[in-house]
Amino acid sequence: MEIFNTNFILGCSAIGAGLAVIAGIGPGVGQGIAAGFAASAVGRNPGAKSDITSTMLLGQAVAETTGLYGLLIAMLLLFVKPLLP
Amino acid sequence: MGQGILLSGSNDIDFMIHGVFSYEIFGQTVWITTTHVCVLIVMLTIIGFGIAANRAIKHATEVPGTFQNIVEMIVEMLDGMVDSTMGKNGLKFRNYIGTIFIFILFSNISGLLGLRPPTADYGVTLPLGVMTFTLIHFNKFKHQKVSGVIKGLCDPWPIWAPINIIGDIAVPISLSLRLFANILSGTVMMALVYGLLSKIAIIWPAVLHVYFDLFSGAIQTYVFCMLTMTYVSDAIGEN
Repeated sequence: MEIFNTNFILGCSAIGAGLAVIAGIGPGVGQGIAAGFAASAVGRNPGAKSDITSTMLLGQAVAETTGLYGLLIAMLLLFVKPLLP
Repeated sequence: MGQGILLSGSNDIDFMIHGVFSYEIFGQTVWITTTHVCVLIVMLTIIGFGIAANRAIKHATEVPGTFQNIVEMIVEMLDGMVDSTMGKNGLKFRNYIGTIFIFILFSNISGLLGLRPPTADYGVTLPLGVMTFTLIHFNKFKHQKVSGVIKGLCDPWPIWAPINIIGDIAVPISLSLRLFANILSGTVMMALVYGLLSKIAIIWPAVLHVYFDLFSGAIQTYVFCMLTMTYVSDAIGEN
């Protein structure tokens, strides 16, 4: 039986795309930790609130990158379909 | 070529780049795509704003009017951002950083007006990353001389050089992919909302637009410019 047909590859690509966006867990935890530390920093030094907020947002946006790489892989698998012969 | 070819929010799930028309040059087929048209619209908007701002500043009055106030506020904000990040080196980079800030910001929030954001195309963000890369290395060679660059490559030991080179090459790729993936994820999310919930997607997607287009777009613009400035002032060094 011919099993490596188009539908099989598409199905496996969908599973792979689902697995790839698990990468979102890491940035989620990291951004939460950053926000928590920023909150405690504001509690200790309320005068520096604007500086802390901008630093936190910058750090979070950089930390987000790894999760977005996972999203990018999922997008490639779903829409560009590189595995199809 | 349909009516809604430029729109990100048409009735089916549709966020891909479309070709508008193609032409032949040197035996190659070159497509003019949605991205070109959207970049053109964004650029025309910025050029129009620039001409209006130029006229307003040329006829500047002692007590500034509304438009002159806005222009002065924008310029002061951008200059302040560059100066606070780059210190005394900031003076030379005000124009460049201000330009890419305004371009990326307008591109990112053009999703609000129903365009497909040009920055959701890797062909737009990669040149921006390459421009940053060129700026970093031009300034590195200019200010640290060749000996300093070689010393920087062999930072802890000479055997580390390949890893340092890979690290240098990763900078423009990660910069451009970050901007691209953020805006693309917003575009895809909005297309899914409009495509799958087209019957009940009335008014409330405005909240999502505020998050994905305005907030995310502004943050990513800020991050791109901030990282560019940090890398460049790092390349210039202390002297």
